[in-house]
Amino acid sequence: MKTKSNLARILDIGQFAVTAEISPPQNTQFDTIKKNVNLIKGYVDAFNAPDGQAAVVAMASWAVCLVGIEEGLDAIVHMTCRDQNRIALQMDILAVSAFGVNNILCLSGDPIYFGNHPKTKPVFDLDSLQLIRMVKQLRDEKKFDNGELIVGTEPRLFIGAAMNPSAQPLEAAVNHLKDKVTAGADFVQTQPIYNIEGFKKWMELVREKGLHKDVKIIAGITPITSLAAARYMKTKVPNMDIPDRIIERLKNVRNKDEAAEEGIKIAVETINQLKQIEGVAGVHIMTLQREELIPKICNAASLYPRP
Amino acid sequence: MIIAERKPMEEIKQLIAPYKKVLVAGCETCVAVCWAGGEKEVGILASQLRLARSAERSEISVLEATVERQCEREMVAEIKDKVAGAEAVISLACGSGVQTMAEMFEDKPVFPGVNTTFIGMPEKEGLWVEMCGACGDCFLDRTGGVCPIVRCAKGLLNGPCGGTRKGGKCEIDPEKDCAWVLIYRRLEKQGRLDLMRKYYPPKNARAVKRPGKVQAAKA
Repeated sequence: MKTKSNLARILDIGQFAVTAEISPPQNTQFDTIKKNVNLIKGYVDAFNAPDGQAAVVAMASWAVCLVGIEEGLDAIVHMTCRDQNRIALQMDILAVSAFGVNNILCLSGDPIYFGNHPKTKPVFDLDSLQLIRMVKQLRDEKKFDNGELIVGTEPRLFIGAAMNPSAQPLEAAVNHLKDKVTAGADFVQTQPIYNIEGFKKWMELVREKGLHKDVKIIAGITPITSLAAARYMKTKVPNMDIPDRIIERLKNVRNKDEAAEEGIKIAVETINQLKQIEGVAGVHIMTLQREELIPKICNAASLYPRP
Repeated sequence: MIIAERKPMEEIKQLIAPYKKVLVAGCETCVAVCWAGGEKEVGILASQLRLARSAERSEISVLEATVERQCEREMVAEIKDKVAGAEAVISLACGSGVQTMAEMFEDKPVFPGVNTTFIGMPEKEGLWVEMCGACGDCFLDRTGGVCPIVRCAKGLLNGPCGGTRKGGKCEIDPEKDCAWVLIYRRLEKQGRLDLMRKYYPPKNARAVKRPGKVQAAKA
């Protein structure tokens, strides 16, 4: 095994993996992180800590990861090309690996224009493919990006990438997955899936190329807990494929609580369908600051207890 | 060519507030083509300044001069008499022109009257778009003549990202094309789609050693 990653262990033994996201706080307090880590511990194999998600300032991913590790949960650090050049990224990779982070998600990063500091200078010294390659080279060749050898212990990280299976055209999205696998991705976590039929088509193309054998595909799940959120995601978020029947289901409820229940039900049904798709290695649950929903969904989808 | 936009009137008025004799200096090359700082724009700004001051009952004498290229010392030298007759200069040239003026007339404050924005081309009448980031290591042979460094919002060399909208637009702005969709379509037309599958390593950010200098090759 290349790493001490619990996520890698679960995937290696062929178990359906569960990861979930913990939102970093917009302050210096560890208490909510600790609370959320303990809330989802035992329900997930590893947790993700986004890094400046949506280009909004919050506690750095690596710090949230360290809190999680201390509480005994395997962590997936996020690193983006948006805020750091190749020097800063490599320094952080050495640091997080030294402190026991076993997994990394390599991202280009949400555009700064979306965030709360839109006048910031973007970096983009690397793109996500180049970042994946760099982490792989550090790990497998024990070489820095400039080719110099690492003397001593190299960072041993299980390498992840993000993927949007709703990107068009479908063939291009599959090719992009292939590029990420070639670059060195061990696993991918996808954007939330709502259109299961569309995702099945994408997975068919993925299997045709045999890519599901080269990379562990972890499908994204985000429960939509209100009609307004569903409408917003359908119309305002680019490349979010929300079928009308989901909107209809959220329309046919009597109140807020019922809408939330319906959203969770849809998420659970989607997970159950995902389990049936050949090549789907697990699910990644993103609840957008509602971490209390994670154990609920895991229980309802019979993902608990974890091996 | 170099594209610029005139600064807001309020800002220019502030810059020259202490002066009673001001020269507005234009450039007939790039900034004239993008309607920001040619002879015509010099005339417009001069009139606006005179009107604004007269409305405030404050005296001003605005001189006008335009040279062929404000980024060349010899051409700037042609207007030295007019500069001598002014207390301050507002240059409507690009940043390069402003600095040439400032260097040649060191005893005179030279203020920028435009914001230099990018290297680009006219897309249609009155609309200019960015085309080149002057990176010093041209990549256009691999991308069907579409520059991903400035035309992709993230400057990705191995694009696209996951944010391409349906219809090939960028996630940050539904009015802007995704550069990587343009590249894909161009390469498809040329039967060179294999280039889309190639991996390109990170660019050398020191291809141009700042501040840049280019020495002509000896004949």
